[in-house]
Amino acid sequence: MNHILKFNLNGDPVEVTVKSNEKLLDVLRDKLGAVSVKFGCGVAECGACTVLIDGLSVRSCITFAVEVEGKNVVTLEGLQADGPTKIQKAFIKHNAFQCGFCAPGFIVSATELISKNPSPSEEEMRHALAGNLCRCTGYQNIVNAMNEVAEDNRKGDK
Amino acid sequence: MENFRYLKPATLEDAISGKSEYGSRANFLLGGTDLLIAMDKGVVLPDAVIDLKGISELKYLEERDGAIYIGAAVTWTELLESELIKKYVPALWEAADLVASVGVRNTATLIGNICNAVPSLEGGAPLYVRNAVVFLEGKSGKREVVIQDFFTGVKRTVLGDDEMVTGLKIPVEAKFGEVYIKMGRYEGEDLAQAGVSVYVDGDNNYRIALSAVAITPVRAAKAEEFLKGKKLNPELAAEAAELALEAIAPISDIRSSKEYRIHMCRIMVKRGLAACVSRMETGLPALSTRLI
Repeated sequence: MNHILKFNLNGDPVEVTVKSNEKLLDVLRDKLGAVSVKFGCGVAECGACTVLIDGLSVRSCITFAVEVEGKNVVTLEGLQADGPTKIQKAFIKHNAFQCGFCAPGFIVSATELISKNPSPSEEEMRHALAGNLCRCTGYQNIVNAMNEVAEDNRKGDK
Repeated sequence: MENFRYLKPATLEDAISGKSEYGSRANFLLGGTDLLIAMDKGVVLPDAVIDLKGISELKYLEERDGAIYIGAAVTWTELLESELIKKYVPALWEAADLVASVGVRNTATLIGNICNAVPSLEGGAPLYVRNAVVFLEGKSGKREVVIQDFFTGVKRTVLGDDEMVTGLKIPVEAKFGEVYIKMGRYEGEDLAQAGVSVYVDGDNNYRIALSAVAITPVRAAKAEEFLKGKKLNPELAAEAAELALEAIAPISDIRSSKEYRIHMCRIMVKRGLAACVSRMETGLPALSTRLI
């Protein structure tokens, strides 16, 4: 069954023909060029395919493309449309990636966390990012980067 | 994955009529966090997928007539962000906080969790200790099933081919303490090796439920009967924990050995009993305190 799917991708309306069984991940990568979204595990365990749907992080590997009809989908490409974000700059400064495969998912998840809780404690950030796996860094550099973002936001509040 | 017909009804009536048409060849879709994986593996091969997310009748989370009502379309994240759940069903709140990861909780639902009916489900034990009532609706009408009668086996429930779960209700209690403890290997997307919920009320009535240690969640009836009316002390808790083990039949699998599950259930029941009594009396330990 084919569908003409319409939704907003990174702020722009898009229209694409999809089959019912196509995953959002595949449509984003193969039909719409949003290649920051990665296929990692395919079963929602690693977080590499994380995108925002109406502001909430979602695993695009276990989402049918047809489910996002009329929704606002944001990938890393959208977040960095005006240059690297504060979170990305902190990731770069702290070497929070080595191979970089997990980084888009981490940054999307971190963006959602910071939007809900601008200065999370280390415990809160580890809990919120527990669904994103990184096989290189051992996480400490990611936490260091996030601590800097949280600290900076804390100062900004004063 | 095979292609299928994707239906997104706007009303409950249309959803049920769609399901009646396809019967067992159709699956309902909410978060899809279990369904898509099963479809990818080829375990489930529906001719039709009926997406329920467009049905506003299923999106309720409210307190009325002495109960908390939770609609089928309510996600784990919405439960976590609800003050009602935190206040009136804190063990369910704790379970919600331990379901997989944020990215899964944002779409996955409690009702999807019980309908999928895996033994390790997070939603089982907290609902068992509250005698939650599940609302079923199908072509032939509505019925209510208490949660203990809902599950019939591994991934099996009483749901008929044309039926769906539209929501559930949990009675509000005046004075109580409750807790949910999950044993997992790591945080983030790990299934429970064992789960324990314990509840106590002001008259020292205790309820104990365990999950991931039998084909369905179970209540520890002997332990509950033993404790009934008694004020808890460490010796009673230890004795009750031994009795609770009679209710379970864990297996050894990739996540844990049978022996380890039994050993940890004993500890979790003991600590759960102490924690829920303490919570009733003092409000502590705080929600999400790790007890193991």
